[in-house]
Amino acid sequence: MIIVIALKELKSMFASPLAWVVLAFVQGFLANIFLKQVDTFMIIQAQLARTANAPGLTELTIVPMFGAAQMVLLMSIPLLTMRLISEEKRNQTMALLVSAPISMTQIIMGKFLAMVVFLCLILSLIAGMSLSLLAGGSIDMGLIFANLFGLLLLGMAFSSIGIFISCLTTHPVVAAVMTLAIFMGFWVIGLAASDPNSWLNWVSISKRFEGFMDGYIALPDVTFFVVVITLFIFFSIRKLDSERLSA
Amino acid sequence: MTKQDISLTLSASALTRKYGNNVAVSDVSLKLKKGEIIGLLGPNGAGKSTTMKMITGNLAPTEGSISVCGIDLIDDPILAKAKIGYLPEIPPVYKELRVNEYLKLVARLHKVKPKRIRLAIENAKEKTGLTEMSQRLIGSLSKGFQQRVGIAQAIIHEPEVVILDEPTVGLDPNQIIEIRSLIKDLGEHHSVILSTHILPEVEAICDSVQILHKGKVVFDDEIEGLRQFRSGKSIQVSFRNSPSQEMLESRLTNVKVSPIRESVFRLSGLNTDDDPTDKLVQLSVDENWGLTELVGAQASVEEVFVELTTRDNLET
Repeated sequence: MIIVIALKELKSMFASPLAWVVLAFVQGFLANIFLKQVDTFMIIQAQLARTANAPGLTELTIVPMFGAAQMVLLMSIPLLTMRLISEEKRNQTMALLVSAPISMTQIIMGKFLAMVVFLCLILSLIAGMSLSLLAGGSIDMGLIFANLFGLLLLGMAFSSIGIFISCLTTHPVVAAVMTLAIFMGFWVIGLAASDPNSWLNWVSISKRFEGFMDGYIALPDVTFFVVVITLFIFFSIRKLDSERLSA
Repeated sequence: MTKQDISLTLSASALTRKYGNNVAVSDVSLKLKKGEIIGLLGPNGAGKSTTMKMITGNLAPTEGSISVCGIDLIDDPILAKAKIGYLPEIPPVYKELRVNEYLKLVARLHKVKPKRIRLAIENAKEKTGLTEMSQRLIGSLSKGFQQRVGIAQAIIHEPEVVILDEPTVGLDPNQIIEIRSLIKDLGEHHSVILSTHILPEVEAICDSVQILHKGKVVFDDEIEGLRQFRSGKSIQVSFRNSPSQEMLESRLTNVKVSPIRESVFRLSGLNTDDDPTDKLVQLSVDENWGLTELVGAQASVEEVFVELTTRDNLET
């Protein structure tokens, strides 16, 4: 059942131009940054060869791209999650899902799964770009894997927050703006957390992601993301359930 | 479970729904036998939709219980919902999907066996006259056809109970006739609840009727009961040489005379035991009033509502 809902969601996403525009925007933007980094690397390559312990190709080209990908997800995920629940409510199609013999948990999980599939699509484009460097040099596979894994967790956390916000309103645009505002809030927390001992570090999604960018898959960071994802999925299910009871 | 319970496909008892302090539905009970069509009738805001939302599990009742084919909707919603097909007021269609894609999705959501999906889709389309629209985007269909897609959606999994909220709204007269005969057909194998504010519609297709007013049941009877209630309530007469209203009132006892326009009157409050029609014709001949028209008017929806609700007020 979860898969049926996920497939339906993906079909709706790709039936509208939005999914295609988002994919094109993500790819165009990241490709630009990637090319610029490769360009810079070519120029400073000679200097690096003379330096001891110099950063490698992966650190200089691929990792900055992942840093940018974080910002790109921050901006594009609200656009993808905004309509997931709010539009069902707005068009009164929620009744179809609620009257079907499926649970609220399955509905939310189906929608979340659709987002994960979409994220994997974005990630595979990014991974493809990274691996293209294999044509001219050797790259650090472990580092790329840590980055991809971190970005997936980040995207999933953003998606679960986006889905929850989408449960709160019947206007997709309101949902998008609210979600973006919350992501911006997290980003600002990251900027404010200059002191490494501050508690702000602890809650900042971007600081958590920095560990993955350095190639560390640390248990506290993974746990943090898993907790955020579970919490907001749980909130979404509760929200839909409570609407049946009180709305 | 007793023998009587087996034939009941749906039983809802003492349903009450409050929105804060506002009581939307209070103490509504429904019993539906297999192959029975019940009409829920009521003016706007009477609580028809709320009742239907509760029966389909879209809204939790504040009080009361619902069981579908003996399965409690609140304890075991997933099993119970599998036996219900529901068309809400606004057809729950995805405008970006084609009719076929949409029905396939619905069939899967309702756990129709993969092998049977094709057949189920064809059946549902045939019953609702959608076969030629299979490849059309739902968003490009007219309101009437979207309504049919909504009905197809409600019957695709052959549920025991079909619940239709105002199924004929927005359809043209031909479509209304088609949909009504479709509902009658459905009633042979399924139990059907439909809501409407059109009285003749209920008379045409339902076996029994419940009339709701301000969230309460004010009338609950077989369809014959409603017919009797409606008929013989008033007649409309017109004359060439019209007598005055006072004259009519004095000559005909136990009748309320209200003028409609010049020389046309409505006689209401008629008593079936003491029908004044015969006397009226006799008087007209004797007094040379020149009776030109005599129509036995059935009470309209509004009159039935007014009568029921005022009667209700008197009792309480």
